[in-house]
Amino acid sequence: MKLYLKYDIHHAVNTIIREKLTELNISYEQGGLGEIDILSELSPEKLQEVTEILNYYGIEIVDNMKSTLVQKTKDVIREMIYNEDGLPTSKISSYIADRVNRSYGYLHNLFAENTYTSIGNYIIMQKIERAKQLIMEGELTLTEISYKLSYSSVAHLSYQFKKTTGLTPSAFQRIIKRRRGEIENLPDKLKPSNITTSSSLNETN
Amino acid sequence: MPNKPLNILLADDDEDDRFFFKEAIDKVKVKTNLTLVNDGVELMRYLYNPENIKPHVVFLDLNMPRKGGIECLEEIRANKDYKDLMIAIYSTSASDSDIEETFVKGANVYIRKPNDFKVLRKVLSDVLSINWQYHTSGLNIEHFVLSI
Repeated sequence: MKLYLKYDIHHAVNTIIREKLTELNISYEQGGLGEIDILSELSPEKLQEVTEILNYYGIEIVDNMKSTLVQKTKDVIREMIYNEDGLPTSKISSYIADRVNRSYGYLHNLFAENTYTSIGNYIIMQKIERAKQLIMEGELTLTEISYKLSYSSVAHLSYQFKKTTGLTPSAFQRIIKRRRGEIENLPDKLKPSNITTSSSLNETN
Repeated sequence: MPNKPLNILLADDDEDDRFFFKEAIDKVKVKTNLTLVNDGVELMRYLYNPENIKPHVVFLDLNMPRKGGIECLEEIRANKDYKDLMIAIYSTSASDSDIEETFVKGANVYIRKPNDFKVLRKVLSDVLSINWQYHTSGLNIEHFVLSI
């Protein structure tokens, strides 16, 4: 015997979601097509459970996958820039694609869609952020910093620094120093408490 | 993707400037939630009221009656509840020493008010997308200085 079925896929999916989430005691609201709004905070374990149950019915949590990939891309970039041994020698786009295990084109579009910026801009921003940190630490010269962050020259680093922040590296250094100077002039109770301890330790030694 | 909007507050006494700012912000890709106040006194009243939404970024005009931008900047930076608040100065002054002074006092961004609407849109778009990165990527705002 052959039965011919007619079904409403949205109705079916909505019913599965309603039954399963109610079983798990999760309150939610139906959003637009393929979108639900969870009304309470989900612990990672609970989210994992929901993901698995829905996966069983062929329902995938897309958004979360996308934001996880974006986050992973960001992590790879940061790790690459904060690596003590310098940046990878291979092409950066293929390095990122390899590490995240997706094509660079896909990541590039996903990133732009979700972060209001491009991977390229994000890399520049993180490099300048790192450069700021290194300038503040004051142990490396600008030449050494530009080498460490794979700039072809100090001029290139300075140019990109100025383009990104609107300030030259030396103006930046002066501002942060003066800012810290102003902190030290504050009354004692407003000072971060750990500043004075190291110097007093040295004196007792 | 349901990104959380960036809460923005503008304090400016000039009605036209507020209007253009709002127009420009509406055209920026970043999702935003804008509140407008007329001067520094209103701004501080807004920030001190715990029922109001905490802004992520405050745009401050420097020359305002009653309480100016610099005064607000100093007051906000002295308050530890607002240590993560981004402060963008939004002013017509373009002297390097003014700019540096506001940075030293704790401003994160300095914007010279552009005359052209298109330029304003571009500038705000740049500022907000960078701010959004700082907001979502946990970057160190103490090092965040940007002059446009």
